[in-house]
Order: sequence, then structure tokens, then C-alpha cells
Amino acid sequence: MPKITMNINGRDMSAEVENRTLLATMLREKLHLKGTHVGCDTSQCGACVVHVNGKAVKSCTIFASELDGATVDTIEGQANTDGSLNVIQQAFQDHHGLQCGFCTPGMVMSAAALLKDNPKPSEAEVREYLEGNICRCTGYQGIVNAIMAASGQDVPSVAAE
Amino acid sequence: MYDFDLVLPASVAEAAAAMKADGAQALGGGQTLLPTMKQRLASPEVLVNLSGLSELVGVSSASGTLSVGGATTHAQVASEASDFPGLADLANHIGDPAVRNRGTIGGSLANNDPAACYPAGALGAGATIVTDKREISADDFFVDLFETALEEGEIVTGVNFPIPDVSNYQKFVQPASRFALVGVFVARFGSTVRVAVTGASNGGVFRWSDAEAALSKDFSADAVNGLAIAADDLIADLHGSAEYRAHLIGVLTRRAVQAAS
Ligand SMILES: Cc1cc2nc3c(=O)[nH]c(=O)nc-3n(C[C@H](O)[C@H](O)[C@H](O)COP(=O)(O)OP(=O)(O)OC[C@H]3O[C@@H](n4cnc5c(N)ncnc54)[C@H](O)[C@@H]3O)c2cc1C
Ligand code: FES
Ligand code: FES
Repeated sequence: MPKITMNINGRDMSAEVENRTLLATMLREKLHLKGTHVGCDTSQCGACVVHVNGKAVKSCTIFASELDGATVDTIEGQANTDGSLNVIQQAFQDHHGLQCGFCTPGMVMSAAALLKDNPKPSEAEVREYLEGNICRCTGYQGIVNAIMAASGQDVPSVAAE
Repeated sequence: MYDFDLVLPASVAEAAAAMKADGAQALGGGQTLLPTMKQRLASPEVLVNLSGLSELVGVSSASGTLSVGGATTHAQVASEASDFPGLADLANHIGDPAVRNRGTIGGSLANNDPAACYPAGALGAGATIVTDKREISADDFFVDLFETALEEGEIVTGVNFPIPDVSNYQKFVQPASRFALVGVFVARFGSTVRVAVTGASNGGVFRWSDAEAALSKDFSADAVNGLAIAADDLIADLHGSAEYRAHLIGVLTRRAVQAAS
């Protein structure tokens, strides 16, 4: 089995994988980075979104064996260095952007990719960018509000507060 | 999914040689092939990875032609095909951002899904599909559902699009799959108009010649009024009847003419 090395969240990590091993499987089962979730395993839900060489991709739909030498960012690398939540994560907490949390790693990674390219998106742009991220709990308003807030824009305050 | 041998070629020549192996198949962005392999609808013995080949990646334009490398992602076409805005916009509405970051034009054309977007763009613009062996005009390339003129082992290395004066793609999204329920690409070159329809026919992408004739005389949305397309050969499924799709073709063609820029 080939040994694949990637720079994951700033650290070089290696694992021996079969050619057919998906990136999501390598992250979760070989490297025990279980923050990346597998919801559908059919490229539909976006729970597995990570960044490969700076771009958001679905880790259930890419082989680890193609990625020797790649740079990968996952939800585990998102918190600030002191362990506190980063701006996007904090905004999800503040704006009821999650309920069960299953979709959240993918939502946060998609949001991070969006804000990197487009630091002040309109609400329509946020919704369009989240096309491939499905949440079955909250409805999307809290998620959209969180991303708007994380980009420093005004959002309605949460009714429950 | 069954395991396979993975080839990471350093050049198109190496890729072409690797494709000669028994059971070899090209791997583009994998956005169609991986789901297919998971379902064991495909079980290639050898995958030849094209997505890392810089020779096959890029968008450039010269003397009225936009050339796209066969392994160029939808996202790169969306951001770099500014000389052909109708095509950039088409690429920018394929699937979702993560799919666009991986999926490639060569994979999309080779797959020829009856609801895919690029086949409409390529046929509508009268593109030429370039392979490691020859050049194939879009009019000859799309043969039937999931079937193209590509031979076993042949690699799409690039696509040359004549840049129309104005063009537009209208996609009526099937929200579950994010493919086109129906999509229409309209392109005008001087007084010649081409109209390609995807998502609608049991035979895959096709040109709507009645609309082309009418629009070539009068490039206005009204020119399409009264033209009907027979529902006989159109797709009917739980998302829409054949008659509904026939109706959508007219509506989307008019919208595309109005929006063409
Ligand atoms: C959630 C989702 C939504 C999508 N929505 C849309 C949509 O709205 N519109 C749309 O058009 N598509 C859509 N797609 C499909 C997407 O565009 C795929 O990227 C595309 O169809 C296949 O490209 P690929 O590079 O991923 O090819 P792969 O999956 O790698 O390969 C597909 C086929 O093409 C062959 N192949 C790949 N590259 C080449 C080449 N260069 N030469 C010869 N053969 C090759 C492979 O052997 C395989 O048979 C969607 C996909 C997903 C998962
Ligand atoms: S698990 Fe990858 S898209 Fe759903
Ligand atoms: S919070 Fe439960 S799926 Fe989104």
C-alpha cells in the first residue's frame, strides 16, 4: 500500500492507504481526525468538506492516493491557537448556526472558503455558495446569519436571546 | 468500491500509454466516476489520473477562439473564461462550489450525462473537442446517452470554442441533483444562431434547428413564439413530464435570447 504524506492543519501526517481509500476515510480512520463528517457518501451533503491546496472539496469524493504532498485543512485546524473558537465558529454559536452539529464542520469549512475569496458576501451569495451543504436540523437562516456576522456585517439578533 | 492500480502520469504521452492497459480508465475530477465506482457501476482495474497534469490545465483565448485544457476545473473556467462570458457563467452554475473545484470539462464531455451543462455549451458554440489522437466537432461528438465518439482509451486533451458575438445559458435546476432539468445554450455568430438543449431528450444533448432558423432571421425572444418541439422523444420522469420539458425548452430559449450578451 502506498504511503501518503500530507500537510494537515500545518503538520505533516502520513498513512498507508489503499488506492481506493477516500480522503475522508484516511482522515477519520487512519489519522483519527473525526471532525470531518461523512453524511451521504454520495457527494450531495457537504458534511465532509475540507480544503485541499486551499480549495473546498468533498473529501468523500477524492482519493487520498491522489494527494501525496497536498496541503489539507480540516475543522480541527480552525480554532485559534489558544484553543478558542475562531470568528466563524464563534458566529455559528452566537447565531444558532447549529443544532445537532452534524453538518457544521462542512458548513464552517465552506464558509471559510467563501470568506477567503469574498470577505463581504451578500446574503444571496452566501446562500448560493452553500448550495452543496445540507443541514437537516436548523433551517438555513441561522447558518446564513452566522456567516454574515462572521464577515462583519449586520444581522438580525436571534429571537431567543 | 473495488481497488485498482493508480497511475500518476507525468505527461499526456505517459497517460496515453497507460490508457492502453486492459481495464484502464481516465480519472478527471472524479465527481462522477467516484460515485459510480462506489455503486460498483464501474470497476476500472487501472485509473490514470489526469487532474494533476499541467499540460491539460488552462484557459486561453486567441483570434476568436477560447481554448480550455481537458483537465481544467469548472471553477477555473468560471473565473478565467472572461472572453466568453456565456461559457464562464455556465461553468459557474454547475453543481456546487466543491464540485466545481474538482470536476473537469474533459470528464463532463466524456461522460455526456443527458442533464449535464457542458455538452450544451460545446454543441451550442460549435466547439471542437481535441483528443490525444484527433479533433472531433461537437456535432459529431455526442452520440447518445452517456455515449460519445471517443474510442477506448482516448483522452480529451482540450476543447476549442469559437467565441460567439453573444451567448447565454439558461439552466432550470433540478434541485435535488443540481443538474439541469432542462438547459438551453444560445449562441449568435453574426447572423447565424445555434441553440443546444440539454436535460430534455432521451438521446442526450441536441440542436433545436427550428429555433436556430427563426433566430437566425430575427434574433428576438418573440421569434421563438409559436415554435413547438415534439414531446415524443423527450425525457419523462418524476421531476417533469415530456410535455413540461417541451414547454421549458421554449421558455428557456426565449430567456436565453433576452439575456444573451
Ligand atoms: C453534487 C453534484 C452536482 C453536479 N451538478 C452538475 C451540473 O449541474 N451540471 C453538470 O454538467 N454536471 C454536474 N455534475 C457533474 C460534474 O460536473 C462532474 O465533474 C463531471 O460530470 C465529470 O467530470 P470529472 O472531471 O469529475 O470526471 P470523472 O468523474 O473523473 O470522470 C467521468 C468520466 O469521464 C472520463 N474522463 C474523465 N476525464 C477524461 C478526459 N480528459 N478524457 C477522456 N475521458 C475522461 C472518466 O473515465 C469517466 O468515465 C455534478 C456532480 C455532483 C457530484
Ligand atoms: S459525505 Fe461527502 S458530500 Fe456527503
Ligand atoms: S445542525 Fe444538524 S444537520 Fe445541521
